Amino acid sequence: MTKRWSPTHMMRYALLLALIVYTLLPLISMLTTALAPEGSVPRGLEWPSDPQWGNFRLAWREADLLPLLLSSSLIVLAVVPVSLVLASFAGYAFAFLRIPGRRVLYVGFLAGLALPLEALITPLYYQARSLGTFESRWAIILPLIGLFMSFGVFWMTNQFKSLTPELQQAAQLDGASQWQIFRHVHLPLVRSGLSVLGILYFLWTWNQFLLALVLVSDPHHRTMAGALGTFQSQYGTNIVLLCAAALIVMIPSLLIYLVFQRQFINAILQGGLK
Amino acid sequence: MSANSAVEPGRAVRERISPPTRAPKKRLPPKIAGRSMVGLVWAGPALVAYAVFVVYPFTQTVRYSLYDWDGFGSARFVGIENYRRVLTDPQLAGSIGHAFVLIVFFTVIPVGVGLLCAAALSRVDRGPVGGLARAVLIVPQILPLVGAAIAWTWAYSSEGAINQLLRAVGLGGLARPWLADFDLALPAVGLIGTWVSLGFCTVLLLSGVGRIDKSLFEAARLDGAGHFRELTTVLIPGVRREITVCVTVTVIAALASFDIVYVSTGGGPGTETMVPGVEIYRLTFLSQQVGQASALGVALTVLVLAVVLPLQWLGRER
Repeated sequence: MTKRWSPTHMMRYALLLALIVYTLLPLISMLTTALAPEGSVPRGLEWPSDPQWGNFRLAWREADLLPLLLSSSLIVLAVVPVSLVLASFAGYAFAFLRIPGRRVLYVGFLAGLALPLEALITPLYYQARSLGTFESRWAIILPLIGLFMSFGVFWMTNQFKSLTPELQQAAQLDGASQWQIFRHVHLPLVRSGLSVLGILYFLWTWNQFLLALVLVSDPHHRTMAGALGTFQSQYGTNIVLLCAAALIVMIPSLLIYLVFQRQFINAILQGGLK
Repeated sequence: MSANSAVEPGRAVRERISPPTRAPKKRLPPKIAGRSMVGLVWAGPALVAYAVFVVYPFTQTVRYSLYDWDGFGSARFVGIENYRRVLTDPQLAGSIGHAFVLIVFFTVIPVGVGLLCAAALSRVDRGPVGGLARAVLIVPQILPLVGAAIAWTWAYSSEGAINQLLRAVGLGGLARPWLADFDLALPAVGLIGTWVSLGFCTVLLLSGVGRIDKSLFEAARLDGAGHFRELTTVLIPGVRREITVCVTVTVIAALASFDIVYVSTGGGPGTETMVPGVEIYRLTFLSQQVGQASALGVALTVLVLAVVLPLQWLGRER
């Protein structure tokens, strides 16, 4: 207690503060820029004498942001629930059921964790053209579900494996069907793991850029990150509007983060600990 | 949705199995589930999605990589010629070299600095300041990399925050448009990755430090260990698993980087910041060299596996 304000302790707080400032600096610079008078040449870090909050309204209108948010949300609403269901089913099978060639299949899923999307993007482009999904949201949704299976199956298998097999045996002896055991015994017990996976899926979908860039040219059918890329090429010269639009686009994820902060931090830390 | 559904199903089953079962424990079936096809049905949808959108495309990439193909006309089989060029063409081999330079900025600096920060902060970690710091440090992981790249591109520009800070501290002579500088563009792009990774590594390592048995630190101190000895003998072995995770995640991000480079420099100036990801995009979609792009894609995959697999093995061993 007496050492609370010792010099080393103060140094530690200074270090912490430096880390926080470093993290926030580019974002603050974006904010001060977004508030500068439009058409001016703003300085990177300077609170404008007359902050132009109206720039955000302007950017919202100019960049037509509402449909972009809707598009991103539609993609998330399609990708996240479907991926969660498929990953849970498969994770359950790998944890409890007999599958022919199970080890090979499981390692096959795991291998996808190290597979860079860039190594798939060219065939995915031709595939989208032949499936007729090119330029539609499906071109992003369908491949994302497939890509998410690697981590999802791995994650859910581990979740289910952490449960005791006695539950399964007991329920089975009792004549409960496989579906009943899954739905009423096991699934409720992995709920927190499932929500971690859901949060990660949300982030990975919302922030997906390469698929949107290659497969969908209309920003109104893209993900949020894809739309941001469009802004950059459109407003690259109007730095004030670009910063305002970019901030607006990043606000939804930040808001959701603020609300579910603890879960997010857990998800990112646990998601990393694979 | 609420907590009661967690209780409910367990109870339902317990009620159904509650009459004391006459079957003795030994008679439990040795294999848990019945016929093996059942499992395949459960895993089926995930397998199909994975096969159609990951496995099949990858086999296509491997196939394309053996051809000279512009994406439209007829393809000519060239064997390993495209791979030979990945290793010999200065621009292609250079992009792989750049990816390794990025590892310094995406991995080495964040893990090194993160370790020092975690060591220094383990005692102020708890409490409101620690909580706030943790929340802020994770923010770069929440934002799209495209957003990070846009913010930093602006910060690096002639009138941006970096040059302004330099002028403010009297180092205006160093000010320049960083991303247009042939020698400094790659480190500058790399430092965007540092910004993204550092908070994640620090918070993850901090959580690992928090799990180390306090008595180990005391024992080290009783043995007369200084800060450095304490770091190498207690702290680093104690967070070995977290270090492996940080390194794995950030090395993949460095080798397979796309968003940050594409948005901030597009590979320029010249090809000074060209990385395999952007080069694959450029080859396929801008210069119609699908075969060459695919060979680079396969090479990149092999590279990631070659770096990541030994890491997993190192992380497990003890």
